Amino acid sequence: MTEPVLAIRNLAVEFRSRDGWLPAVRGIDLDLAPNETLALVGESGSGKSLTALAIMGLVPGPAGRIAAGSSIRFEGEELVGASEKALDAVRGNRIAMIFQEPMTALNPTMTVGAQIAEAIRVHRGLGRDAAWRESERLLDLVKVPSRRRRMHDYPHQFSGGMRQRVMIAIALACRPRVLLADEPTTALDVTIQAQVLGLLEDLKREHGLAVLFITHNLGVVALIADRVAVMYAGEIVESGRVEAIFAAPKHPYTLGLLGSTLRIDRDIEALQPIPGSVPAPGALGRGCAFAPRCPRAVSRCETEPPPLEAVAPGRLVRCWMPA
Amino acid sequence: MSDEILIVDGVSKSFPAGGGWLRQRRVVQAVDNVSFSVVRGNSFGLVGESGCGKSTLARCLLRLIRPDRGRVMFEGTDIVQLGRRALRRARRRLQIVFQDPYASLSPRRTVFQTLAEPLVVHGIARGAALRPRVQAALAEVGLPAEVAERYPHEFSGGQRQRIGIARALMLEPALIVADEPVSALDVSVQAQILRLLEGLRNRRGLSFVFVSHDLAVVRHFCDQVAVMYLGRIVELGPTRKVLEQPLHPYTRMLRLASPVPDPAARFKLPRIEGEIPSALAPPSGCPFHPRCPDAMPVCAAVRPRTVEPEAGRRVECHLYG
Repeated sequence: MTEPVLAIRNLAVEFRSRDGWLPAVRGIDLDLAPNETLALVGESGSGKSLTALAIMGLVPGPAGRIAAGSSIRFEGEELVGASEKALDAVRGNRIAMIFQEPMTALNPTMTVGAQIAEAIRVHRGLGRDAAWRESERLLDLVKVPSRRRRMHDYPHQFSGGMRQRVMIAIALACRPRVLLADEPTTALDVTIQAQVLGLLEDLKREHGLAVLFITHNLGVVALIADRVAVMYAGEIVESGRVEAIFAAPKHPYTLGLLGSTLRIDRDIEALQPIPGSVPAPGALGRGCAFAPRCPRAVSRCETEPPPLEAVAPGRLVRCWMPA
Repeated sequence: MSDEILIVDGVSKSFPAGGGWLRQRRVVQAVDNVSFSVVRGNSFGLVGESGCGKSTLARCLLRLIRPDRGRVMFEGTDIVQLGRRALRRARRRLQIVFQDPYASLSPRRTVFQTLAEPLVVHGIARGAALRPRVQAALAEVGLPAEVAERYPHEFSGGQRQRIGIARALMLEPALIVADEPVSALDVSVQAQILRLLEGLRNRRGLSFVFVSHDLAVVRHFCDQVAVMYLGRIVELGPTRKVLEQPLHPYTRMLRLASPVPDPAARFKLPRIEGEIPSALAPPSGCPFHPRCPDAMPVCAAVRPRTVEPEAGRRVECHLYG
């Protein structure tokens, strides 16, 4: 692997509750290299979106905070505890983020062209005319048809897929090295999803982007990821190359997710749902967080949390009883 | 014919849209001359992307929206023509489950009140007779009896969907229209709810009209499927045949664009052209022609007729004559 552009060590995010600080992300390590897509997979409440927000320095305070001992390094520079000024030079600039619902991130009262141009002026210090021309180039890059006319349209005049393209254009305005994509195609129809995924793939290759792609959809993961990290209850439970994870999942949760996923290309005789539901952050026991739902659990799993250990080169699993 | 519990015949529904002062009144043809039938005990899938009319059609089946034209024959009576009292009686046998159970459950009512209400409204039970029926329904959807005294906000999405299903079961329906019942749920919970619905179908012999945008879910759950595009059924047939040998180019496109959880089956991401056109200004001829990789000159000019290339399959496309 080439030198990571983003290196996360022991990242923990916690939230204040009546019973004190509750952990929502519990000490995760991630490395992200240029021209690589790492899929962060998990269900609601797994902590995958919070991880992205933490990287952006956007954990909502004062109820939430990044815990002491966490480290997020971008090109070697520590972001945790950095000054706002230092953070501003990185977030939205060298690290950009796109979201599931672009409408909430776009300003409804500004034309699309003006919004992209504003991002360029703020982050790159270009003049008005140069920023406008650059905006047109970016809309072209994300393949928005009839861009000259559409520059003057408002976000509500765009379809969901086109809005997501506009968001991607704004994210690219600052020539980021890292793109955090939080369920960017989940709200889109499948044909539009395929278009946006294709676009992201092209952009990754052409610009050597490092992409952290957050999703719950294993079909999308299989389509675009180079590596996969599966999260459960705030921890990474399994990670590795995408082919290895799908060919031979080791963690019972990964197995359960795959057993619950229906396929368009083949019949599945009996669905194997995972029983129960994800535990709340305050309701974790002493042992493995997945033990109460796990078909392979033994008594040790109830009492002793398993470490994340290498089972093969580049392959980590957090389980006492891996498959 | 075999025992058909539901026959939908030429149903259309349009809505006024936009218009206003000095502007031309416009009309969206949300559902356009749709016909299909559901065999008793079977599941019939309606698939398509946003705006294709599948949810409007689902509501027409229960007359939550009244169709402009056409017949909806449910157990031999036309739902569209029924008077109010007869319609209420018919709806005992015809229930709906919605995508978002949170929006469809009253936040101020306990689960008991929500589940007991249809029994009281329809005069089936009251007083002390309600509780055992509510408890039986909760047990059937896999919830413990003590949840009866709790409120919807105390439940997870999957539990709320179980409550929504329990409510639909209270009146012993014969057919359930399920509108994207698992789309808002996490994968593991989605599998739990689908297992529950399968169990109900097998135990009670229930029939389903199952609306979904997810072809993998439809493949698993439905015997027959109809693919909708801009208000019309463009292809219909047995689910496995339609998905394995799609006839309509739009079905092929949907099939290709649906990701498969297997990196070995990784396809080159399709370069799909164009977006779903607005239902306000549908294209001429075949509504799919601007996006169709197989479009011929005739497709822009003439709307294709429905043809039956083999028994039990229907397609609306000029490629098939």
